[in-house]
Amino acid sequence: MYKYDQYDQAMVDARVEEFRDQARRRLEGKLTEDQFKPLRLMNGLYLQLHAYMLRVAIPYGTLDSRQMHALADIADKYDRGYGHFTTRQNIQYNWIKLEDAADILADLSKVEMHAIQTSGNCIRNISSDHFAGAAADEVVDPRPYAELLRQWSSFHPEFSYLPRKFKIAVIASDTDRAAMRLHDIGIQIVQNDAGDLGAAFYVGGGMGRTPMIAPCINAFVPLDRLVTYAEACLRVYNRYGRRDNKYKARIKILVHELGAEEYARQVEEEFAHMLDQGVEPPFAELERIRTFFEDPLFEADASSDIDRSDPDFALWVDRNTVAHKADGYASAVISLKPVGGIPGDATAEQMRLMADLAKDYSFDELRVMHTQNIVLPHVRKADLHALWTALDEAGLGAPNLDTVEDIIACPGLDYCSLANARSIPVAQRISERFAKTGKTETLGQLKLKISGCINACGHHHAGHIGILGVDRKGVENYQLLLGGSEAEDVSLAKITGPGFDEHGIVDAVETVTTVYEREREDGERFLDTYRRIGMNPFKEALYG
Amino acid sequence: MAELLRYRDDEMVDHPAVTVDAFLDQSNAGAVRIEPGDDARDLLPHLERLALVEVNFPAFGDGRGYSSARILREAGYDGELRAVGDVLVDQLAYMRRCGFDAFEPDQQLNKDDVQAAFERWPEVYQSAADDRTPIWTKRHA
Amino acid sequence: MRLLTGNDLKTGVVTWWTGSDWSIHVEDAADVTGSEDETARREEAARRVNAPYAIDAEMQDGVPRPTHIKERVRTLGPTVRPDLTLKPAEPDLGNWVI
Repeated sequence: MYKYDQYDQAMVDARVEEFRDQARRRLEGKLTEDQFKPLRLMNGLYLQLHAYMLRVAIPYGTLDSRQMHALADIADKYDRGYGHFTTRQNIQYNWIKLEDAADILADLSKVEMHAIQTSGNCIRNISSDHFAGAAADEVVDPRPYAELLRQWSSFHPEFSYLPRKFKIAVIASDTDRAAMRLHDIGIQIVQNDAGDLGAAFYVGGGMGRTPMIAPCINAFVPLDRLVTYAEACLRVYNRYGRRDNKYKARIKILVHELGAEEYARQVEEEFAHMLDQGVEPPFAELERIRTFFEDPLFEADASSDIDRSDPDFALWVDRNTVAHKADGYASAVISLKPVGGIPGDATAEQMRLMADLAKDYSFDELRVMHTQNIVLPHVRKADLHALWTALDEAGLGAPNLDTVEDIIACPGLDYCSLANARSIPVAQRISERFAKTGKTETLGQLKLKISGCINACGHHHAGHIGILGVDRKGVENYQLLLGGSEAEDVSLAKITGPGFDEHGIVDAVETVTTVYEREREDGERFLDTYRRIGMNPFKEALYG
Repeated sequence: MAELLRYRDDEMVDHPAVTVDAFLDQSNAGAVRIEPGDDARDLLPHLERLALVEVNFPAFGDGRGYSSARILREAGYDGELRAVGDVLVDQLAYMRRCGFDAFEPDQQLNKDDVQAAFERWPEVYQSAADDRTPIWTKRHA
Repeated sequence: MRLLTGNDLKTGVVTWWTGSDWSIHVEDAADVTGSEDETARREEAARRVNAPYAIDAEMQDGVPRPTHIKERVRTLGPTVRPDLTLKPAEPDLGNWVI
């Protein structure tokens, strides 16, 4: 894991004091709310429905047990004993006081954490593959590149007042576990025929009210020009991204309006100019960062045997563990989706338990998934039973990874001031329904994603089944979408037709799964069947 | 109009800045004002006759002026680069890094706050238009 | 009727204008029809409230009930966590919200 040196620590500490000063000036009336808002947002502090909300960055979703303990302590000390893990691998606290915010940032700083640029019209926390460093299929660990970009983008003097927010994801395998092409910039570290590593740049993806899949604008940027190329991408956006309409201000609109080719041409022009400007860090910095991400000392002779005599445990192993690059190891997913629970929420006690389990069983490392679950990336197969037993006792043993119960849901109208409808209760009713009918396991991989408004924090465009909450004359109404994917087979879901009420949407989801069960051919996922048979059979079943 | 903050010693330009269009049309102006929608690169062929470039920030959240400033500095412009308009104390440090060396805010800034803003950052992560050494260069010096 | 609401600047809690002060209970809210803009400006300038705005409501059983669901959620807290609402002892209030 990356560790701060005195420079990183000094920067984060300076930021805490800067924010302390800004909050003081706000409380003293020297800053208006209009002036303060972008400043607090750049420190992750929102004003939500019930209180201030603080979003803490978890860079590329990686943290250690000490950090997870600190997150738990913050939940107890400053909030109401829980936190919410988000679709960008961060954590949010819902009941924060402005007068406490600087103290929280100071507590975070003690464990090399922060809330820098977790909101605002700037470059946000960089996300990555939650199985980085463990996945059997990766070219390299993508996190050093994410860390390099984290440093480059932190307090960037030119790109802190962009037309709109800017999200970057970095992966390094053909399997996309980070929704890479639905980001403002998606980077895939690739290897060319000569064996050299480079970065493929996909620019102009995103969800929100105008979902777009990012086109590739450069298939191979040499790693010693990575930062310069990113800087060129951002400068073209900062200069020409639309500022007349916030709904058209994301880079996806610029790339779409210019066309990917023309955008790429402008980037290349800027890039050629910038090569002389000394933007690129010394290559030794990338090498320094890489040393923090070397493999832990895996046991060479770790056993691959798993005692499957307990069927509940065997189901969890089948569902929630993932192949690891080292023999005798697995990545274990801790589901934050108990049946009827709130997707992504964890209590302080659960956070502490996960931290302690990471220390005992996973080389002191945890990951946050964009699907709002937690990963212990490096677990000996021999330890899986002990791990599962501890998780199950704490209500963290749900065997439902990537099933219809593993629902992504934004906070929705229960917490969010932008929402039009509640998301969480819909997720709760759906997971309860499928747990009750017992169909969860037989439906296999079925990614269901719910957003409470058009901003799409719940990734509904990318759900095999997506649900979008809307406001219909003051009443919550839910549109159903089918056929989306955030993965390497990326696609955008399409709306089935008229929306449903709170109860009707649960029935509608069940109806479309029934169509799938009827129509599916061997080995097909829900998404595969939908792609083969199209929307009509589902429409007929829904609307007759 | 608030006090001008100026961090250079040369003489001030004594005539008002003209628009980019006007500047490109006439040859005798030595001061120009860039609006957010203007292309700073239009000025590059004429840098030698410029002593003052004002970059207007009609609203502090419109960050195009930061790119305009860096583009001018990257092209070698060494005259006065003045941020004018909705220039607030919390943006000063970034503006300075992008090459601004003078500030003419609509509203008077508190002197202590200004000083605190410029002294805030002990280090910088990335290179920009100032002469500060990025952290990653120091690490490998 | 019109209610004036906002969040407390320091704590962020939801507050309602009572006619003379701010309260966390919507039951205390006063009709501000006609005076909402002036009150909002004055109170925000005094930093007794953050980002105030007026909403529509109607009296129901002697209590002002905001017209829009979002504001009803704001009056009590998240519907999915009755234990964290303003009145955890009255879980049935969820029916009043929705």
